[in-house]
Amino acid sequence: MKALLGRDLALALRAGGGFGLGLAFFLIVTVLVPFGVGPQSELLSRIAPGILWLGALLACLLSLDRMLALDWEDGTLDLLATSPLPLEAALSIKALAHWITTGLPLVLAAPVLGVLLNLPTPGFIWLVVSLALGTPALSVIGAFGAALTVGVKRGGLLMSLLVLPLYVPTLIFGAEVARRGAVGMEVQTPLLMLAGITLGVIAVMPFASAAALRVNLR
Amino acid sequence: MSVADQKPQPKRPSSFWSYANPVKFLAFSERMLPTLWVLAAVCLAVGLIWGFFFTPDDFRQGSTVKIIYLHVPSALMAINAWFMMLVTSLVWIIRRHHVSALAAKAAAPVGVVMTLIALVTGAIWGQPMWGTWWAWDPRLTSFLILFLFYLGYIALWEAIEDPDTAADLTSVLCLVGSVFAVLSRYAVNFWNQGLHQGASLSLDKEENVADVFYFPLLVAIAGFVLLFVALVLYRTGTEIRIRRARALLAREARS
Amino acid sequence: MIPDLGKYADAVLSSYAASLVLLAILVLMTLRRGRKARRELAAIEKKGKQDG
Repeated sequence: MKALLGRDLALALRAGGGFGLGLAFFLIVTVLVPFGVGPQSELLSRIAPGILWLGALLACLLSLDRMLALDWEDGTLDLLATSPLPLEAALSIKALAHWITTGLPLVLAAPVLGVLLNLPTPGFIWLVVSLALGTPALSVIGAFGAALTVGVKRGGLLMSLLVLPLYVPTLIFGAEVARRGAVGMEVQTPLLMLAGITLGVIAVMPFASAAALRVNLR
Repeated sequence: MSVADQKPQPKRPSSFWSYANPVKFLAFSERMLPTLWVLAAVCLAVGLIWGFFFTPDDFRQGSTVKIIYLHVPSALMAINAWFMMLVTSLVWIIRRHHVSALAAKAAAPVGVVMTLIALVTGAIWGQPMWGTWWAWDPRLTSFLILFLFYLGYIALWEAIEDPDTAADLTSVLCLVGSVFAVLSRYAVNFWNQGLHQGASLSLDKEENVADVFYFPLLVAIAGFVLLFVALVLYRTGTEIRIRRARALLAREARS
Repeated sequence: MIPDLGKYADAVLSSYAASLVLLAILVLMTLRRGRKARRELAAIEKKGKQDG
């Protein structure tokens, strides 16, 4: 398992692996928002938690097809399916690698971008916490979407259509934590729900993802 | 007819599962459909005409209460259609009856239209009450999310070429989607609880709808249910025929 | 004939119109697709009988 993780991480981090693109997208979206809604700092600081959550979510979404597409094309997925490692575990590792190379950088970059959008001071910590708890779910759910559409040529748009509705609960609770934290309100309930969803998703979705992948590998 | 079609079937007590046989299913639906279409049309006509012409206005909502005869049945069917798709997807996964998988595929467009009707009538109903054409009322929002789930499900069927692969993938999607649909319902209720407290449309069956509205509503619901059943039976038959045509063409190409 | 719908006439009438139109489109498209499938299957089966 460690070998698979190391391999995926190395693949993502080498030149041409797409590392940093998610981050760049996150930055660009954040910069575009004021051009879209106007520069009034009061408005920006109100919508900052939601915009940052959305930006991170979309950045995750856009890097999902890399999770499986390359291995599908060169036959590595077939090898993985027949290896002694259960496919569920392999997919979990792939989701983990995706999170480390995409989600985690977004979590770390978010506070910096928060400055651009006048995020209120108490909001920074809660933004980071909510993203840290939520982005793993985005990677795992994304793996499911990738597994479903891996055989579809140019299936990126289809995958987005399938995955985005699945992102709604995580987005709602994650953004709620960030929003409440920014105004100093209590964040317990959404925080617990967010954590619960992430844990549940990590535990159960790999089975659905593996089932979908097996169908496609037939 | 090939030899396989003429082989005598062993006598066995007719059970519900015998309709998993496409031939029996088609025979059954051909018998039932004319009655179903007629009953559906009658119930719809009676329910809607009764409700539209012969019921009073509501004290609070004025004549907009008449929208209830469209909004409630379509909303109910939108959810029940998905639930039926969930059950037939499970049957496909467990017992691999093609009729079941095709029934799920057939039900989805009906569910989409029901959801759309629920959304449109819900939005129109809400406009005089809330002053906007769309409000992120928890119930309406949940239906919007359900609409997206339907679209994804249909899109996946269309995107996969091999029918068995498509059946497998869409049934997994239906399962996962169902879990997230329930999750989203709770999330959306949480998300909007502060805004529209007490002002959401009263369309629960649990709320005490007065008898004078209740009976035409029941008839309208019956009409929608019958229409749904008729449409799904008919569409499943269409899918079975399309599948058989493809199989025959493939056999031709090979021989 | 049409009851006095008061100030909500637009809302009620447009809901009914929209819903009935959507249902009609659904039923018509369903029937059209169904008839096409029946025709095509019949044609293929007939061809099969003639050849086989």
